[in-house]
Amino acid sequence: MTNFLLLLIIYIGIYSILSLSQNLITGFTGLLSICHAAFFAIGAYTTAIYLVHTNGSFWIALLLSALISTLSGFLIGLPSLRLRGDYLAIATLGFGEIVKNLIINLDSITRGPMGINNIPSPKIFGFVFNPAVKLNYVVFVWIFVFITFFTLKRIVHSRFGRALEAIREDEIAASTMGINIVLYKVVSFTVGAFFAGIAGSLWAVYNQSVAPQTFDFILSVMVLCMVVLGGMGNNLGSIIGAAIIVTTSELPRLLGFSNIFPPQINQMVFGLLLVLVMIYRPQGILTRKRVDFEKLLSKKIKMEGKS
Amino acid sequence: MLFILNQLVVLTKIVELIKILYNLNKEDAMQLFNLPLNEVIQHIINGITVGAIYSLIALGYTMVYGILKMINFAHGEFLMMGTYVSLLIWDSLRKGGNNPFFYILAVICGMIFSAILGVTVEKVAYRPLRKSLRLAPLLSAIGVSIILSNLAALIFGTKSKKFEYPFSNSPVVIGMVSITPHQILVIAASLFLMFFLTLFINKTRWGKAMRAASEDIDTASLMGINVDGIISLTFAIGAALAAIAGVFMGMEYKVYPTMGTMAGLKAFIAAVFGGIGNIVGAMVGGIIIGLLETFGVVIFGIPQGLKDTISFLVLILILIVKPTGLLGKKLKEKV
Repeated sequence: MTNFLLLLIIYIGIYSILSLSQNLITGFTGLLSICHAAFFAIGAYTTAIYLVHTNGSFWIALLLSALISTLSGFLIGLPSLRLRGDYLAIATLGFGEIVKNLIINLDSITRGPMGINNIPSPKIFGFVFNPAVKLNYVVFVWIFVFITFFTLKRIVHSRFGRALEAIREDEIAASTMGINIVLYKVVSFTVGAFFAGIAGSLWAVYNQSVAPQTFDFILSVMVLCMVVLGGMGNNLGSIIGAAIIVTTSELPRLLGFSNIFPPQINQMVFGLLLVLVMIYRPQGILTRKRVDFEKLLSKKIKMEGKS
Repeated sequence: MLFILNQLVVLTKIVELIKILYNLNKEDAMQLFNLPLNEVIQHIINGITVGAIYSLIALGYTMVYGILKMINFAHGEFLMMGTYVSLLIWDSLRKGGNNPFFYILAVICGMIFSAILGVTVEKVAYRPLRKSLRLAPLLSAIGVSIILSNLAALIFGTKSKKFEYPFSNSPVVIGMVSITPHQILVIAASLFLMFFLTLFINKTRWGKAMRAASEDIDTASLMGINVDGIISLTFAIGAALAAIAGVFMGMEYKVYPTMGTMAGLKAFIAAVFGGIGNIVGAMVGGIIIGLLETFGVVIFGIPQGLKDTISFLVLILILIVKPTGLLGKKLKEKV
C-alpha cells in the first residue's frame, strides 16, 4: 500500500513536469499542440539508448535527452507555428504519429515494438538509485518538478512571459506592439519540448524499460486534459490536474478493481472530463491569475483623491 | 497589371507542362515510373479506389469546417460507429442468404445511425461551445472522439472483424489490368454520391442555405435561415458519407474500434490539401492523397510500415508552402 502510494507520487511528479511544459505551450501561449507524447518518447528513448550502449553518466543522458527533444521541438515548431490554431493541432498530431511510427519501424536502433529493457539505474554522486527503493525516486523526481515549476514561474513572469500571454490574447494586437510572434511561439514550443525531454529521461530510468505503446496519442491527450482540468495558464493548476488524472487512472489498480473495470472505462473518463470541463468550467479548477487593471486604477484614483 | 503578368507566367508554365506531357511517348512513361505500363495503370486504379474512400470522409470535414470553422476530430469515430452498426445488421441478415438487397439495407441503417450520432454529438458537445474560446470546441471534439472509440471497444470488443462481401470478389481482367468488383463498387458509388452532393449543394434550397451559412453564419441567420438546422444537416450528411466510406474500408481491410482514427486523419489531410472548406477540393485532394500513398510505396520504396508517414509529410509540406490548399480561398485576417 505504501509502496503503491509512493509509485503514485512518482508518476504524479513525472506527469507534472509534462503538464507544466504543456501549460507553457497551451495555457500561456495559446498553441494547441498534441504531440507531447512525442517529445516524451524522444527523451525516454535517448536516455535508454545512451545508457544501455555506453553505461555512462545519467547527467549526460539527461542533458542529451533534453537537447535532442529541444531540437525536435525546434524542427517541428519552425514550419508549423506559422499556422493558425487548428492547423497547428493537426500538424503536431501528425508529428506525434510520425515519431511513433519511426520508433516502431527503426528496429536496429529502438528494437521496434519490443522496446528497450534493462536500462541501468543511474549513479548520482556515487549513489545508485534503485527503482525498488521508491522513496529515493520520490525525492529525485520531485526535485525536478520544483526546478521545472520555478523555472517556468520565472519565465512566465518575465518580459518574455508577458509577450507570450499577449500572443495568446490577440496575435494581431501583439504583433503591432512589436512582438515577433513566430520567434516567441517557437521559443515557447522548444522550452516546452526541453522539459518534456527531461520527463522522458526520468521515466526511462525509473521504469528501466521503454516501449512504443506508452507514447500513444492518448498520452498527449491525457497531458492536455491535465492542463485543461487544472486551469489553462496556471502552473499550480497543472500539478493538481496531473495529480487528479494520474490518481483516477491508477485508482482501479489501487482498489483491486482492475479486473472489473477495463482500461477503456478509464480513457472514456478522460474524454468525458474534457467535454464536461469545456462546457461547464472552461477556465479549469484554478483560474488564471491576471492583473486586474480596473481595480488597480480605482485604487490609484482613490489614493490620489485622498492626498 | 501585375496580376495579368502573374497570370501570364502561370499560363506559360502550364503550356510548357502540357508540351512535355504530350511529347512523352510510351517508353518515356515507362522510364518515368521505372515500371511496365500495365502495372502503372494498376497502381493508378488502386490509388483511385483508396482515394475515393478518403474523399468521401474528407467531405464531412470540409463541410463542417466551411460552416463552423472547427475541425471535427470525432468524424473518424462517426465512421467507425456507422460501420459497426452496418456490420451487425449485415451479419444477422446474411444468414438468410447473400442477398444484395440486405446489404444495401445494412449500409443505409449504418448511415442513418451515423447521421443521428453526428447530430446528437453536435447538439451535446459542440453547440454549447459555439460562442466560447477557439480552443474549446477542438478540445471537446478530442474528448468525444476518445469516448466513442473506447465505447466501441467496450461494446464490440477490440478484436477486428471482417465485413463480408455481398458478391464474390474475384478480380475481373480488363485488357492488361485486373479490377476487383469491390473497386468498381467503391469508385462507382463514390462518383454517384459526389455527383448528388454537388447537385444538392448547388441546386436545392437547403444547399443554398448551406452555402450562405458557410459564407457568413451571422448574416445568414439574419436573413431568416435556420442556422442550427443547417448545421445539424451538415453533420448528418458528413457522418452518413463517412459511414459508407467505413463500410468500403471494412470490406477491403477490417473493422476495429480505432479504424476511424487513421482514416480520419488522412481524410483530413486530403481536405487540407484540396483547400479546407471547398467541396470539390476535398474530392480532388482525397484522390491525390490516395495516389501519392500507393505510388510512394511502389516508386520510392518506402516500407509499408511507414506508409502513413507519407501523408503526414505531405500535410506538413502543404501547410508550409500553401496553407490554403489547392482550391482554398485566402482568408483575410480581421482585426
